[in-house]
This record gives sequence, C-alpha cells and structure tokens, in this order.
Amino acid sequence: MFFATIINLDLLAFGPTGYGDELFWGLLLTVQISVLAYALGIFLGLCGAMGKLAGGKWLKNALDGYTTLFRAIPDLVLILLLYYAGTDGLNRMLVSTGLGPVEVNGLVAAIFVIGFVYGAYSTEVMRAAIMAVPVGQIEAAKAYGMSPFLRFRRVTLPAMLPYAIPGMANLWLNVTKASALISVVGFTELALATKQAAGVSKLYLMFYVFALLIYLSITLISNQVFGWLERRVRRGQAKLA
Amino acid sequence: MVWSWLPQYFPLLLHGLYITLLLLVISVVLGFLLAIPVGLVQVTGPWPLKYLARGYCTFIRGTPLLMQLWLLYYGIGSLFPLIGAAFPTFKQDFIWLIRLDAFYYALFAFTLNFAGYEGEIMRGAFLGVPKGELEAARAFGMSPWKVLSRVWFPRAVRQVLPTLGGETIGQLLATPLAFTIPVMDLMGVTSKIRQDTFLIYEPLLFLAFVYVVLTFLITRAFNYFEGLVPSRR
Repeated sequence: MFFATIINLDLLAFGPTGYGDELFWGLLLTVQISVLAYALGIFLGLCGAMGKLAGGKWLKNALDGYTTLFRAIPDLVLILLLYYAGTDGLNRMLVSTGLGPVEVNGLVAAIFVIGFVYGAYSTEVMRAAIMAVPVGQIEAAKAYGMSPFLRFRRVTLPAMLPYAIPGMANLWLNVTKASALISVVGFTELALATKQAAGVSKLYLMFYVFALLIYLSITLISNQVFGWLERRVRRGQAKLA
Repeated sequence: MVWSWLPQYFPLLLHGLYITLLLLVISVVLGFLLAIPVGLVQVTGPWPLKYLARGYCTFIRGTPLLMQLWLLYYGIGSLFPLIGAAFPTFKQDFIWLIRLDAFYYALFAFTLNFAGYEGEIMRGAFLGVPKGELEAARAFGMSPWKVLSRVWFPRAVRQVLPTLGGETIGQLLATPLAFTIPVMDLMGVTSKIRQDTFLIYEPLLFLAFVYVVLTFLITRAFNYFEGLVPSRR
C-alpha cells in the first residue's frame, strides 16, 4: 500500500490519462535538438580546426578566444546568455536594417546555442585529429596536384576519422546530456516534460527514474553505433593492443 | 550596461562564491575517495561488486547530471515526508532528513557524479600499472593490502593526477546546475539579482567572468602541483 503512493505505472500510458505521449514528444524534441546541434557543432568544429591550423594570425587568435572562453564558462550560463542575447541581438540587427523584429523560434535558438557551445569542444577534437594525420600523406596529395577540397575529401578526412571518432562520440553523449539544460529556458524537452508530469502527479521518483532510463538507453544505443562506426573507419588498420 | 547593482549585492555574491567552492571542493575530494574502491573493484573485485561498480559508472556517465540531481532532490527527497507520514517514529527520529537543505542534496549528487566519472578513470589507471611490478611486490611476500598501498595505488594515482585538473574544471562548470534545486550558489545569487533588478545580461556576464577567472586559477593551481611531483619527462 505504501508503494501505491509512489508508483503508478498507468500514468506512463499514452493518451489523455497518462503522460506517455507527453514524454514521447519530449524525447523526440531532445533527439531533434541533439542531432541538429551536434551537426552544427561538427561543422563549426571542422571550420574552426581548419582556421586554427591554416588561418592567419587574427583568425587564429579569434578562434583561440572562442574555444578558450566557451570551454571555461559553464554550459548553463552560456545557454542562458546566448538564448536571450542571441535572439535579442538578432532582432536589434533586423530592426536597424529596417526588416523589423521577428519571433525567433525557441527550437532553432536552442539548437544554435548548443551547437555553438559544443562547436568549441569539437574544434579541439578535430584539430587534434587533423594534426595526427602524417604530414607526408598530405604532402603527397599536394604533390599529385589535388585541389584543397579534393585533398580534404580523399586524404585528410579518411585519415583523421579514426582519431576523431572517439572524441566525437564523447561529444555526442555530452550534447544529448546538455540538451537537458535547455529545460531551464522553459523548453519542454524530455527533462522538463518529466518535471511537469512529476509535479502534477506527485509521483516524482517514478517519473525521474523513467526519464533517466530513457537517457541511459540513448547512451547505450549511441555507444553501439559509434563502436560500429569506429570499427568501420579503422578497417585495414593494425589492431591496437 | 548597468553595473550599479554590484556593490549592493556584493556580500551575497561572495557568499554564493563560498557555496560554489564548498560544493566543488567537497564533491571532488569525497568523489575521488569513493572513486578508488569503484575503480579497484572493477579490476580485481568479486563479480557481484564488479558488475555493480561497472553498472554504476555506466549509469552516472550515461545520464544528465541535471536529471540525477532532480532524481535525488525531488524523487528521493519526496519520499521522506511520505515515509514520515506513514511511520510516526521515523518522523521523530529522522526529522533532519525530512528537512534536509537542498545544498546537501546537491553535494550528494555532485559527489556521486564525480565518483562515477573518476571511477572509470581509476579503473584504467589500476589496469595500466605494469603487471611485473605487482608480481615483484607479491614475490617480496607483501600482503595484498600492502601491495595495494605501497605499489598499486601510488602508481595508479600518479597516472591519474594529470587528468584530475581537467576533471575538476568539468565539475566546476557543472556546479551552476545546483540552482535548479534552490541552492544559493553563484548561479542562484545571479538569478536572484536578475529577478530583483530586471537586468537580463549584466549579472550573467559577471557570472561568466567569475567562472573564467576560477577556471584560470584552478588550471594554474593544478599545473603548480603537477610540477611538484617528480617525473622523468
């Protein structure tokens, strides 16, 4: 009878009586934010790493500032700052150019904020991976007269992937976990959906355990995927001990 | 930019800094102590403990700290009043548990979290100690405890020290989460200032500045201590 006051599995059902569908939509948003923010992070990381390795003095200093600052300020603070400042700044810019203010979609803002924060971490991972590619291979590609783009696609990218994948796998897990922080600006992804369901039903323990298990399964599935990916990009390489 | 609030709220911010540092230092120290058995058991323990420790690390590393914090504070924390209502003697004896401040929940969550991450690192460090050294120690007739305290543990810790700085910074950057269960750390004070003054950016910018300075100081401190430990490189 005591357990009846803390557990009621019927509330996990879909439909108007349960919170299953609310949590499911929350999970979908979490995955959506994570995937898109991660893609943005990878793109920024590649650009940042290229800039750091091949750019001029000013670009290098600017990128150093970006990666140092963004890795020294807590995610939560950055998310709050960028979420408000980013949407506000965009609107001010649009007003000054005469286009008028726009309502910035919260989802897009969330994706950009997390993407920018994790772009800084991704820059460092990518930079280390590119630097791990033997210089001779890139020089050989240059000697064949490959254009920079072809050189990147055919030589640098395939050669750097084995060094980048473990770091990028870690980063993906961090992005999925950081997506929970978006709940602080009032965005109803999985964490906030859980908090609301728990608050209304008063079954705090059950809902939090359930949400944690969902997050855990995201991690475990991701581990499998990245394990497969790493084996694939390492095919043909000698096994490490 | 309006900064006139700063002198007025300075004492409160200072207290917030104290709470943040208290959370950081205690959770890192206790978490590290807890990580030692968690790591060791995974390498050498009997299988039930081994799987328990491995599952613990996977769970901690696979879920958001924010949700772990909420599970402890809202989930477990909501149980105590219920138990108190069901069993009056529990309420009498454990009234402190029912009224436990959010700070202790945050401290508990951060400690468990740090132990999970650090336990995984300690596992690798214990594994990384050359087998020959342990065999040599055993050949000298050392008891298992002595092998651990004289050879295995000191060698493993030496390997972990360089990563400890980065882990501590990671923990520092996680401390603002405590404000979501009301703890008046730096972040909690900052959000109070934002509510009182209706300023959106200035308090957050100040907070970001404080964290950059803290990160810099911790990095410096760890570099200094690392320099004190003799190494061949």
